[in-house]
Amino acid sequence: MDLLRFATAGSVDDGKSSLIGRLLYDSKSVFTDQLEAVERASVNMGAEYTELALLTDGLRAEREQGITIDVAYRYFATPRRKFIIADTPGHIQYTRNMVTGASTADLAIVLVDARKGLLEQSRRHAFLISLLRVPHLVLAINKMDLVGWSQEVYENIRQEFIEFAAKLEIPDLTIIPVSALTGDNVVTSSTNMPWYQGVPLLNHLENVYVGSDRNLVDGRFPVQCVIRPHSNQFHDYRGYAGRIAGGVMKVGDEVIVLPSGLSSRIAGIDFGGKPIEEAFAHMSVTVRLEDDIDISRGDMICRPNNQPDVTQDIEAMVAWMGEEPLRAGAKYAIKHTTRRTRAFVKDLHYELDVNSLHRNESASELRLNMIGRIKIRTTTPLLADLYSRNRETGGFVLIDERTNRTVGAGMMVRTS
Amino acid sequence: MSDSDQRGTNRHQSQLEVLEAEAIYIIREVVAEVENPALMFSGGKDSIVMLHLAAKAFTPSSVPFPVLHIDTGHNFPEVLEFRDTCVSRYRVNLVVGSVQDAIDRNVVFEDRSGSRNRIQTPVLLETAAKHGFNALLGGARRDEEKARAKERIFSFRDEFGQWDPKDQRPELWNIFNAQMHIGESMRVFPLSNWTELDIWDYIAAEKIDVPPIYYAHQREVFERNGMWFAANKFCQPTKDEPTSMKSVRYRTVGDATLTAAVLSEADTVEKIIEEISATRITERGATRGDDKFSEAAMEDRKKEGYF
Repeated sequence: MDLLRFATAGSVDDGKSSLIGRLLYDSKSVFTDQLEAVERASVNMGAEYTELALLTDGLRAEREQGITIDVAYRYFATPRRKFIIADTPGHIQYTRNMVTGASTADLAIVLVDARKGLLEQSRRHAFLISLLRVPHLVLAINKMDLVGWSQEVYENIRQEFIEFAAKLEIPDLTIIPVSALTGDNVVTSSTNMPWYQGVPLLNHLENVYVGSDRNLVDGRFPVQCVIRPHSNQFHDYRGYAGRIAGGVMKVGDEVIVLPSGLSSRIAGIDFGGKPIEEAFAHMSVTVRLEDDIDISRGDMICRPNNQPDVTQDIEAMVAWMGEEPLRAGAKYAIKHTTRRTRAFVKDLHYELDVNSLHRNESASELRLNMIGRIKIRTTTPLLADLYSRNRETGGFVLIDERTNRTVGAGMMVRTS
Repeated sequence: MSDSDQRGTNRHQSQLEVLEAEAIYIIREVVAEVENPALMFSGGKDSIVMLHLAAKAFTPSSVPFPVLHIDTGHNFPEVLEFRDTCVSRYRVNLVVGSVQDAIDRNVVFEDRSGSRNRIQTPVLLETAAKHGFNALLGGARRDEEKARAKERIFSFRDEFGQWDPKDQRPELWNIFNAQMHIGESMRVFPLSNWTELDIWDYIAAEKIDVPPIYYAHQREVFERNGMWFAANKFCQPTKDEPTSMKSVRYRTVGDATLTAAVLSEADTVEKIIEEISATRITERGATRGDDKFSEAAMEDRKKEGYF
C-alpha cells in the first residue's frame, strides 16, 4: 500500500478542522472512545453540535482558545492508501508552523470559505505551498451549503484563484466545492451540486499520482555515519550508512565522493544485513566502496557525471522562524543534509510580502514569519542542489548558535 | 544531467518501507549527533520494534547504545522475561531504574491509587542523569494520544526534563536539530508516524517475536470501569467484582495495576491484524486507566518529563 502525506492550511473559521474531522469520521478512522471524548468536551464547552475540530486540537491552550496553534499529525487509511495529515494553523502568526507542515507534504489542501471568497490568507497559503514546492495543490471551496450550492459562487472563486495561481509555480491544481459540515464532496459525491463534474476530495487523495514526484535522476547519498564493526567476523567491514536523497545507486556504479572528489565504485549495498543490487530514493541503506578512502559524516556519494555544486556561496529563500530578526552580518549554524557548518549572512536582497508578493528591497531585517531572499557564505563548502530540483538536497535550516533554536528554513535558489 | 534513469516506475516504496526507512534514518541521526543516547525498553511491542530497527540500522555492528527500563515493580512476569530474552538476543546493555528502590529511598512516594505511573517520571529523570543519557529514544507514536500528535520527532527537554508544547523547534524536511546545552536533553520518537496497525503489519512482515500476552489466552479477569483487568497480586477485585476465565489478550503493556486486557480470540499475528483493522476503539482507550483522568492528562504528565 502507498503512503500520501498531505498538509491542510486554513483557519478554524474556514472549517479546516471540521474538514479533517469529516475525513476521519466518514472514512471510519475516528474511534468511538475518541468521539465520546470529543462529545464530552463539546458539551462542556457549551457547543450546540459535536465539534469535530476537537479531534485535532489536542493541546490545552488550543481547546481553551478554539484555535490550532501547532502542527498536528493525524493518521487514517482507506483500502487504497494510508494518509498522514499535517494539520497546520492558518493564521499569519503561525506561518512557521505551516512551512514546517508543508515541507514534507506530497499534497496540500487550501481551504476557503465560499461566502468570503479568496482572502489575503488564501493567497498566502497558496504562495507558501508553491514556495515549499509541494507538488499537488487542492483548493477546497468550503461551506457551499451556506451559498445555496451556487455554481456561480464556485466559478467566480475558481477563476480568481486560477488567475492568481498563474503567478506561482503550482504543477498540479485541483479545485473542489465541498461542505465539511454536511459532508458533500468530502467522501461521497454531492447530490446538491450536480454541476460539479469532478471527484470528491477523498477520491482525489486516494488517486493522485505521486510516483513521479521523487527525484530518481540525480544520485545523492549523504553519509550519516560510518559502520565499522568491532568484531573479528567483520573485521574488514566498512560501510557508509545513509538515506538516499535522490536517484538510484547500483552495485558496480562508478561514484565520486564529495567534497574530496575521490572516485571509487560501489562494491555492495546492504540493507538490514542483506546484500541488495540497487537502492533508490528514499531508502535507508549501507553502501560499501571498492577503495578504502576517507569518508565521514556530511560527505556525499554521487555519480561522476551528475554532481551537486560544491560551494560556500548560496542564495536562498528563507522563511524566518526566530524571535530575533535576521540581519545581514549575522552568523548562524547551518544544517544541510547530514552536514553541519557555519553560515554568515552576506546580504538580505529583499523581503517578500507573503500577501501581495511585493518585493521590499529596502528591508533591513527579516522578522518572525517573514520570507526573504538572502545570500550566505559558509565556512566549509555545502554540496548543494537547487531546491526546485530536489527538496532533500536543496533545503537547509539555520540554527541560533547561542540558544540552539531552529530559526530559519532555507531553500536554495542559486548555488554557483 | 545525463544520468537519467527511465525505470523509475518499479522503484516504489510501500508505506511500511517508507516508515521503516524513516525510522532507521532517525535512529542513525541520533547516534551521529548525540553523545550518549539510550533506548527506552519495556519489553512491549513498540520498544521491541525499536530494538529491531536499531539492529537493522547498524548491522553488522551491534546496537551502539544501551537499553533503559524504568521498572515500576508492577510487571507482567511474561514481559519481564521477554525483556531479558531480547537483551541477550540483541546483545545490548540493560540499565534498570527501579521505582521500588526510589520509594524505599524516599525519593518518590506511592500514590494512594496504587498506580506508579506518575512516579515513574522522577525515576526516569534520575536514572538518565546518573548515566549521563542526554537522548532517550522511545517507541511512542503520534496516533496514540492527542498530545503526542503535536510532539516533534526530536523533542527538546530543558534541564528539568520538561516539555514545553508551546515552544517546540520547527522540524523541516528530514533535518533534525539535535543541538543542546549541557543538562538539556532530547526525547526522540522514530515511530512517530506509525500507527498501531503499522506496528503489527511490521511485526508480521519481519517475523518479530513479542511477549505471549499480546496473543489471546485464557486468563482470570474481572470487569472494572468497562475494562477487563487480570486478578493478580497488583490488582485485586473487590467483592462486587466477580472474576471469570475469559479469552483475552493485551493490546498494550504497561503498569500491571492499570493495564487492562481486551476480550479477544486473536491468537496469531494475522488474527491480531484482522482484529485491529476492525476495531472501533483506540488502544489506550481500551486498555489504560491512566488517560481517563482528564482531557489533558497526557499533556500534563509530559510537561513534567513523562515519556
